[in-house]
Amino acid sequence: MRLSPKTTQKLAWVAIWGSGVITIFILLFIVGYVFANGVSSLSWDFLFMQPAGGLSGEGGISTVIVCTIYLVLLTIAIVTPLGVGAAIYLSEYASDNWITRLARYGVETLAGVPSIIFGLFGFALFVTVLHFNFSILSGSLTLACLLLPTMICVTEESIKIVPRAQREASLALGATKWQTIRHVVLPAALPGIITGIILCVGRAVGETACLYVTLGGSAAMPTSLLSGGRTLSLHLYYLAMDTRAFDKAMATGVILILIIIIINTLTNWLSQRYMARVRGT
Amino acid sequence: MGIKMQTSSLSFYYGEKQALANVSLKFREQEITALIGPSGCGKSTFLRTLNRMNDTIPHTRLEGEVLLDNQNIYAPDADVVAVRKKVGMVFQQPNPFPKSVFNNVAFGPRMSGNNQGVSLDEVVEGSLRAAALWDEVKDSLHKSGLVLSGGQQQRLCIARVLAIEPEVILMDEPCSALDPIATLKIEELMQELKKKYTIIIVTHNMQQAARVSQWTGFFLMGELVEYGITRDIFTNPQNKKTEGYITGRFG
Repeated sequence: MRLSPKTTQKLAWVAIWGSGVITIFILLFIVGYVFANGVSSLSWDFLFMQPAGGLSGEGGISTVIVCTIYLVLLTIAIVTPLGVGAAIYLSEYASDNWITRLARYGVETLAGVPSIIFGLFGFALFVTVLHFNFSILSGSLTLACLLLPTMICVTEESIKIVPRAQREASLALGATKWQTIRHVVLPAALPGIITGIILCVGRAVGETACLYVTLGGSAAMPTSLLSGGRTLSLHLYYLAMDTRAFDKAMATGVILILIIIIINTLTNWLSQRYMARVRGT
Repeated sequence: MGIKMQTSSLSFYYGEKQALANVSLKFREQEITALIGPSGCGKSTFLRTLNRMNDTIPHTRLEGEVLLDNQNIYAPDADVVAVRKKVGMVFQQPNPFPKSVFNNVAFGPRMSGNNQGVSLDEVVEGSLRAAALWDEVKDSLHKSGLVLSGGQQQRLCIARVLAIEPEVILMDEPCSALDPIATLKIEELMQELKKKYTIIIVTHNMQQAARVSQWTGFFLMGELVEYGITRDIFTNPQNKKTEGYITGRFG
């Protein structure tokens, strides 16, 4: 049986509209479920008290929030310059030979490796060999290894779409190659780079497996880069698996979601302000 | 007028494919030279050899010389950045940076970092005035260059070139993306600019070549077929192919 164009048009509309609605519904359901079960345990005490640790599940999440912030900041501080630098090298300087192709293939492959593999690598190298022990430093370095391929790929893609005409305009004005990269290519690629950073922050906040074996899980307030600790998602995991404090796990989830929303909004706002300033309004 | 720039036996290859064969051409100071010819004849490639823009394209090769003030710009010790500061270029599509009008014009001087005591404000104003754009943008210097009309964008690109104080200006079909009124403005501007600069324009539009230039070179299949005073080329071409092209028999 052949369907008339009108019917296929209607069917396509229903399918597309339906998948949109289903996606939004699932998303709202998850967030709503976490909020509904977590909000009742939220209080100032919960935010500002230290977790008891161990099997009790008592206390709050103050040290966990601090540890999460340290870990994310340190990870981003490592992964952004390295990732952007590597992407600039690959897209602007590396000549097209088998070494470059191998490096690019390696980057793409690493992007698909499960995070626990990175965790084991981080445990072997940073925790054991380099004696950073279970610490924020070990966790951040491991996370940086995990996120580096993502950062490189996203940055390289955003550098590639900068129009050739823009580069030629800059070179023709007597700018050097580096000046062209610094003042024309990177500003134009910045929205893409920001997107990469947001992606990395999101994954850093959400990552558990590779931190499970590098961060230690201490509930104490971190005092240096070599302190152990636990991030929100790791804390959530401990609460859900080792204790009966399911309500506190959900409350932690609420805070986690709120933090991600705040970070994304803030980054977007900052990048828009920056773009408005450099582009003129 | 003196010879500002010249090429001798210039050949250019994209990989194995030869794009220019033995082109020898002279460009006189403070005059406009037009390069005409059908699509793919090598006129744009030729223009881009004059400020070494083709250097950025991989797998290309050049033979022969390009002399600027009798110095070969392809000599091993030649400084490509210095060459491009002396030989500015305006492209076919207006390509302002996604920056403010002011920052577009200030880009070149900022990159080279020598203002010789002249403030950046003065350089920007002077360049915009010289490009006949100042009156239209003086109240919106900090708005994006991208909100200007196509013709204004192209004049912004010309102002951006003037700000680096070049001696030669290359124009690669600068009006092909513009409407007739914007085209007229650019052509009037060229007449002003030629008092100070050596201008070489590639154009698809033979009326434009006839209107603006003093000298014309006709390219075909990578070769310079004929070169001479514009009036002679258009009224009394020596070569049958030139005659065929300008009378519209092909192209």
